[in-house]
Amino acid sequence: MQSLQAKQELNMQKNWCEKLDLLIAEHRDMPGALLPLLHAIQDDLGYIPESSYAQIAKALSLSVAEVHGVVTFYHHFRSHKPGRHILQICRAESCQAMGAEALEAHAKKFLNVDYHQTTADQAITLEPVYCLGNCALSPAVMMDDEVYGRVSSADLDALVLEASASSVKA
Amino acid sequence: MTTKIYIPRDSSALSMGADKVAVAIAQEAKKRGKEVEIIRNGSRGLYWLETMVEVSTDKGRVAYGPVKVKDVSALFDADFLSGLSSNAGAHALSLGYTEEIDWLKKQQRLTFARVGITDPVSLEDYIAHDGYKGLKNALALSGDDIVRTVTDSGLRGRGGAAFPTGIKWKTVLACEAEQKYIVCNADEGDSGTFSDRMIMENDPFVLIEGMTIAGIAVGATCGYIYLRSEYPHALHVLNEAIEKAEQAGYLGEKIRGSGHTFQLEVRRAAGAYVCGEETSLLESLEGKRGMVRFKPPLPAIEGLFGKPTVVNNVISLATVPIILDKGAQYYADYGMGRSRGTLPIQLAGNIKHGGLVELAFGITLRELLYEYGGGSATGKPIRAVQVGGPLGAFLPESQFDTPLDYEAFTSIWAVLGHGGVVAFDDTVDMAKMARYAFEFCAIESCGKCTPCRIGSIRGVEVMDKIIADKNKQTPNTVKNIKLLRDLSDTMLNGSLCALGGMTPYPVLSAMNHFPEDF
Repeated sequence: MQSLQAKQELNMQKNWCEKLDLLIAEHRDMPGALLPLLHAIQDDLGYIPESSYAQIAKALSLSVAEVHGVVTFYHHFRSHKPGRHILQICRAESCQAMGAEALEAHAKKFLNVDYHQTTADQAITLEPVYCLGNCALSPAVMMDDEVYGRVSSADLDALVLEASASSVKA
Repeated sequence: MTTKIYIPRDSSALSMGADKVAVAIAQEAKKRGKEVEIIRNGSRGLYWLETMVEVSTDKGRVAYGPVKVKDVSALFDADFLSGLSSNAGAHALSLGYTEEIDWLKKQQRLTFARVGITDPVSLEDYIAHDGYKGLKNALALSGDDIVRTVTDSGLRGRGGAAFPTGIKWKTVLACEAEQKYIVCNADEGDSGTFSDRMIMENDPFVLIEGMTIAGIAVGATCGYIYLRSEYPHALHVLNEAIEKAEQAGYLGEKIRGSGHTFQLEVRRAAGAYVCGEETSLLESLEGKRGMVRFKPPLPAIEGLFGKPTVVNNVISLATVPIILDKGAQYYADYGMGRSRGTLPIQLAGNIKHGGLVELAFGITLRELLYEYGGGSATGKPIRAVQVGGPLGAFLPESQFDTPLDYEAFTSIWAVLGHGGVVAFDDTVDMAKMARYAFEFCAIESCGKCTPCRIGSIRGVEVMDKIIADKNKQTPNTVKNIKLLRDLSDTMLNGSLCALGGMTPYPVLSAMNHFPEDF
């Protein structure tokens, strides 16, 4: 007999397959449809599961390798499930001039993860970013879709604690 | 009486808590029974003063900043809604009349004329502040005449390459094709730059107007804004503005009753720096990996989906409306030499007063760094400045008197690029910065050409050796520095695009001007 959890997962998968069909139908006729479609999938799910490549490839008359190639070319797309929140730390020159390197080191230590990793409680995935366009207020970080400027180590800790405390995805 | 209060919605202002300040002011006003109307305007670009709150008075807007939530109650105590005659004039955060702030008053804002003044998503506001006057004139002109006006203005590509915008348009206009495209390069990836973001978030209609004029000029009916994924606020503002422009007949079919059609769509990039390169951008728009294309064919002849395409930077396109409104000569009267008009300069990095300074070409770096920037944020001497993003040269103090002019920068082996100026104080280690330049190139290389793909990685390795040998006086250092110069030479001359081809700019300038760090 299937466990309740397995049943739930199966249901989720079924729902997701239907959702993917819907997203594909919405996007397939756009010129240059692949990137908008991948964005829509990641916006919905937080990542682009490898299991979806074949369905995407078929709909857009591409090979699975081409879909894989595009997903992996762009830093923004991820093929693994991230934490509930994404914390991006700017590593670019302007932020370096204002101590970004120390902020990066602090964040990695505080979260106990390296870049592209997720905290043990699944709350936060840490990512590097190369410019957030907030260069007059360096160093800058982004938590989900919100930018923060002149970020000190203490500010970063407060941001992380606030995000970790919220169980829902922003 | 209802008092109008302006609080920016620009993402840098939000990064300093503008939303929270807006909520606090609304709550405090309600508590005290004051009638206020809060307008979420764009930022004036005086970022060290964000959140900058402005109060509308009979004699103009009065500014306060930087306002934090904890200051709100005291501002009401000082009766800041009543203008400067009240106690508020003496408040520590009072900046006086906004228009009289020296930093702003000395600027020559043409492209940024409305930024910070209007509500970004109000079409009525845009039109009330001279918006869509350029389009009105353009609709009465032939494509040839529009292109000639842009050419005569002397406008050059503000993305960094400085290619004359009018010449590019002329090539597309001359092409026979059933479909042509206008593509706006909004993949503003250079560190130290945010002028594109400011236009898109704070005056989106000016970009829409500029693209519409471009479409009418060259006969393109379809436009795309390729927007970097790191700018989610710009995405929302642009989409809202496009919808409003469509509803009012400024986009779509029969624009303002004319025979012209122009459809506009925003497409999100996906975090690849190389997609700021125009051919890689086109590949990405077509739904592929952002691999750089060989040129020729030029995108103007075979661009998006193989059709003639204008690819212009946000600032270039956003400058077109004022040129069509006030005439080519009006714009060309600003500037020096072959650099005509104004440049929206972005002061960033270790700088006390960072923000947006739009001025005619010709101001020197020193004036910018000290008269506008107020020196470093840390109070230490400014040791190096990187102009033009991660592929721009580092300039030492001895070059601070260089005027901002494309040719003057070329003559000292530097680039103006997109106008980003990043200051570093005397704690900067230039060997580390040279290493970072290679590292960044390695992370962002599309991989198509060998000098960039492999050269960047070898560059990191050689820099690691140089850094490890520093102060040890080993013969290896001399050998490695020679190796690095050879490698830079290969990348400079053998790379397919500016990513690999210009990575040697920061590397060699760091070595040449700051040899003591190597």
